[in-house]
Order: sequence, then structure tokens, then C-alpha cells
Amino acid sequence: MNNKADDAPREQSGRSRWDCIAGSEQFKDLLKIKKLFIVPAFVFFLVYYFGLAVLVGYAPKLASAHVFGTVTVAYLFALSQFVVGWVIAGLYLLASARFDALTRDIIARVVVDRYEPQGDN
Amino acid sequence: MPISLVVFLLFVASTLGITYWAAKRSSGASAYFAAGRRITGWQNGFAVAGDFMSAASFLGLIGLISLQGFDGFLYSVGGFVAFVTILLVIAEPLRNTGKYTMGDVLAYRLRPRPVRALAALTTLTVATFYMIAQMVGAGALVTLLLADSGISYNVAVIGVGVLMMVYVIFGGMLATTWVQIIKAMLLSACTLILTLLVLRQFHFHLIEFFAAASQITHHQNGQPVVNDFLQPGLRYKPPYGPLDLISLSLIFAFGTAGLPHILVKFYTVPDARTARHSVVWAMIVIGSFYVMTSILGLGAAVLVGPDTIVSHGGTNMAGPRLAQAVGGNVFLAVVSAVAFATILAVVAGLMISASTSFAHDFWTNVIHRGVERKSGESVLVARIAALAVGAVSIVAAIALGPASNVLILATFGMAVAASANFPVLALSIFWRRFNTAGAVAGLTAGLLAAVGLILVGPNVMGIDPPSATGAARHLIQARPWFPLENVGIVSVPLGFLAAFVGTLFGREPSAEAKFNEMLVRAQTGLGAEGAASP
Repeated sequence: MNNKADDAPREQSGRSRWDCIAGSEQFKDLLKIKKLFIVPAFVFFLVYYFGLAVLVGYAPKLASAHVFGTVTVAYLFALSQFVVGWVIAGLYLLASARFDALTRDIIARVVVDRYEPQGDN
Repeated sequence: MPISLVVFLLFVASTLGITYWAAKRSSGASAYFAAGRRITGWQNGFAVAGDFMSAASFLGLIGLISLQGFDGFLYSVGGFVAFVTILLVIAEPLRNTGKYTMGDVLAYRLRPRPVRALAALTTLTVATFYMIAQMVGAGALVTLLLADSGISYNVAVIGVGVLMMVYVIFGGMLATTWVQIIKAMLLSACTLILTLLVLRQFHFHLIEFFAAASQITHHQNGQPVVNDFLQPGLRYKPPYGPLDLISLSLIFAFGTAGLPHILVKFYTVPDARTARHSVVWAMIVIGSFYVMTSILGLGAAVLVGPDTIVSHGGTNMAGPRLAQAVGGNVFLAVVSAVAFATILAVVAGLMISASTSFAHDFWTNVIHRGVERKSGESVLVARIAALAVGAVSIVAAIALGPASNVLILATFGMAVAASANFPVLALSIFWRRFNTAGAVAGLTAGLLAAVGLILVGPNVMGIDPPSATGAARHLIQARPWFPLENVGIVSVPLGFLAAFVGTLFGREPSAEAKFNEMLVRAQTGLGAEGAASP
């Protein structure tokens, strides 16, 4: 078991292998593709979720309106939060297949040692 | 022997069997603290659900909805959506960069001693708030159920305390995980049956059910009042209601992702991919449970009635009362036993996260600077810490006695997690310039702001009429200085701001230099515990 996370000496200078991986095209691609999904998904989730509090707090008339029977807009909106959460989770699982494939490529290249420092520091 | 006791003893016997099995097969720190990182996706999903769906969820939520209708359901929604944050932002980087605790992630590129010491402090604070909530729930259940079987509140609290100590001290994370898996299954099944029994009263006509829920009669100051429980506004009223609601949403959206006892679960799986799958499993289990709480809460309002709930055991007992109304005494016994199991499982989870953080963050890494002097020392310290945490919480629960709604107590813990833990955790993963000063400032400010504002807020301060006694009385008899029940709207931005400003005070080249390493590891899992090293 390694204790790297806790007490490894800090890299003093120069490009470590980590820096090389971080600077590689594949890794940048991975980050870009992840961001492309995660940022919009998270922002949408926050807007949709805080929308419920705002609707209930600041538009109580609308929130209390009956949609069918005695079921209110507020209750339906609250229930839809569950649906939205599940849909985001499902989409994330689908998208993550792509992330995992890119990650495997990066790891494969690390294993065959292609990320050597270029000595340009 | 009453049936509730039989069901409960069955649960205890099987969980003790699991503990024995877990104790035999696990040795070493990784086995004790992280179940050997061999828990599968669905298993961990149920375990996370079992860890999260506390007495606060089961007893508190149904009670809150049964008295305040839709506004109580907002707590259910919050508890579920929080897992979107965990899924998208926290779970995978956490799994990839840490070992046993949240402190691991912070210490990755920051100076380990100050951040670990503070992380241990916030972990223990959150665990304490939560633990009090669970113990109060246990006590309230006993007062309702076992009053005539000769088991008193104190005996029950000691029983729960000793049992959870046995799970945690002998079985570690493996036993805790399985106790939580079984509990999550029991709770889900029980909730489903209860929901069906409630709807059967309305011949499975949802429209009929919701029509009844829109005409709830109860008494306020002796006057009958009719309320539509599907409409908002029964709890969060102007002038501060809307702000309080946004505050509550903030606490949920970020707080759950900073709860130490939830975070540690992601170290028990082999890799980030499994961690991701386990969050999705947890979202299925937790989501369907929380959707059903609205039926149960409204059902309790319709079939038991707010007046009866208030006069018979208070908000925490609405669920068991409902079970009695639709399923008779046998079902009441089963539901109560499941609620008990729920408390045991959550308390075990809290206890292991608190004792792990104390042993791993504070003892090994702060006091002994990361050197384990003897092999097995950290596990031994964790076991002793678990003993101490258990003893303290038993004494505290007995001293406090049955008190206010357990859900409110649990949201306090969540407020600390949202204001102190989440900002620092997220910034350390995503912001290159973030440094030790920022982490110390963020953790300190978030913790102080959350606890301080709660202490001067309407939950603690208030002027009661002389007729209010016991749990109904406010601790400090004065007008509250801070008007909101939920402090998140101030304390969460304050936590972020302090972390940001603290960071700007100076640069920490070593932390910035390690950012690339942490980023690559967080995103790819290279070099993570239990995975291949580069």
C-alpha cells in the first residue's frame, strides 16, 4: 500500500510524468469531453432545483394552482425533480462510456511509457 | 413476546452474524476502514442508501409532511437531488485521490497537518449532530412501542449504543456496509408495503387520495382549521419563508456531498467506475423511497390526522401511527422494528466515519506526521475512538432525552457539511491556485458560521408562552438574532468566500505544482488506491 497521497516529497521543479500526461492531447480531450457533459448538466440541475424553491417561495399562487383534481403545480414540479435526477444519472452513465474509453487509452499509453518528460523545462 | 421485539431480535441476530463473519475475514487497515475496497456497485448503492436514509428520513419526513404537507416534502426532494451533485462532481475524483477519508483529498496537495486536523474536527461535528438525531429517534420509538414491555428510554439508548459499537469495533466497514445493505432493503420493502396499504384505503384511486389530502382538518388554538396539504406555505411563510427555502435548497444541494459518512462509502469500491454506478443505484433506491414518503406523510395526515399525531408521540411517530392505522398492531411492530434497524445502521455508519477520521487524519497524520509506528496501530486507535464516540453519544442521548424533530437536527449536520466541507473539497479538486490558507479559512469560517448562526437562529432562540414545556421550549428565551431556520444562504457563500479570500493571501507553489498530478489522478484513476500505479 502506498502512502503517496499523504507524505510523498513534493516535486520541486521540472516536469514530472504527471505534468506530461496533463499536457497531452488525449488528456485535454478527456477533460474537454467531460466538461461538455458535466458543466451543462450540473448547471441545468441547479437551475431546475432552485427553480422549485423560487416558484414555491415567490409565486405561491401559481405553485398552489390545481393541475388535475387537487394535485398542485408545486407537487408535480417537486415530483419532476426525481425524474430529472434519474434522467441526468442515466445520461451520465451513457456519456461515461466515452470517458472510460478515453481514460483507458491514456492509461494504456502510460503503461507503455510514452509520456516521457521532453526536457524542455 | 411482542412481535416488534421478535422482528428486532431477528435483525440483531443476523447483523451480529455478519459482524462475526466480517471480523474473521478482515485484517489490516484497508479491510477495516474500506471493506478491502471489494464492495460491488449495487451493494454500495444500497449501502449508501442505507447510510443516508436515517431515522430523520423515515420518521422525521413522514412526520413533517403529515403536519405541514407539501413544505415537508421539500425535504424529501432535497435529500434525493443532493446525489446529482455527488454523481457529477464529487464521487469519482474522491475515490481516485483519497484513501479512507475526506481529509485524504485535502491533504493531497495541501499541507497535511492543518487541513487534516480541521477536517477531523468538521467530521466529528457533523457526526455528532447526526448522532444526536438518531439517538432521539431511537428514544422516541421506544417510548411509543416498548413502554409496556418494561424497556425504558435509557435501556434502549444503551442497547443501540452497545450494538453499534459491536458492529463497528469488531466488524469495521465490511460489517457496517452489510448492515446498511440489509437495512436499506428492509426499509424499501416496508415503505412499499405501507404505501400500498395506504393507497388501498382509497381503492388505489390517486385522485381520491389527493382529494382527501387537500381537505385536512386540524385544530389551532382550539379552532378547527381546514388546510390543503398539497399547497405550499404551511411551513415556510412570509416574510422569511422564501429565503429560508432557498437556504434549505442550498444546504441540500451541497451538504450531502460533504457528509463524511456518505463520502467514506466511495472508498469501499474498487474503482471510480464502480463508485459512479453505486451512486446511480443509490439514486434509484433513495429516489423511490422519497417519492413514497409523500404518500405516507399525506396518508398519515388523512388517516391519522395532525391532531392525533401531535397529541400521540409527536411528529416522529407519524409513520408508526400510520402503520398501526392501516396494518394493525402487527404491522406497527414490523415498521417500528425496521425503523430501529434504520437507526442502528446509520449510527454505525456515522461512528465508523468519525472514528476513521480521528484515527487516520488526526492520530496517524497530525500527531504522528503520517508514520504508523506499529502496524495495526491506526485500526486500534479507531476502535478505541469508536468506543469513546459511542460512550459519549449514549451519555448525551440520555442527558438530552426525547426532544424535537430529528429531521431538523440532521439538517444542522448537513449545514456544517455544506458550508465547511463541500467548498473546500470542491476547490481542492478543481482550482489550481487553491492552497492551505484557503482550506483552513474555508473550513473554519464554514464551521463557525453554520454552528454560530444555528445557535442564534429561531431553532435555538425564541420566546415561548409559559405553557410550552420540555422539548417544545427554546433553549434560549430571547428573540432570535438571525431570522432563518436554515443558515445555508449565509454560511455556504461565506465558506466559499473564506476559502477564496484565504487562498489569495499567498501562493503555495508546492500545492500548485501538485495540481497536475492530482488532476490526472482524479480524472483517470491512475495510481489510485487499489488500481494500477503508473
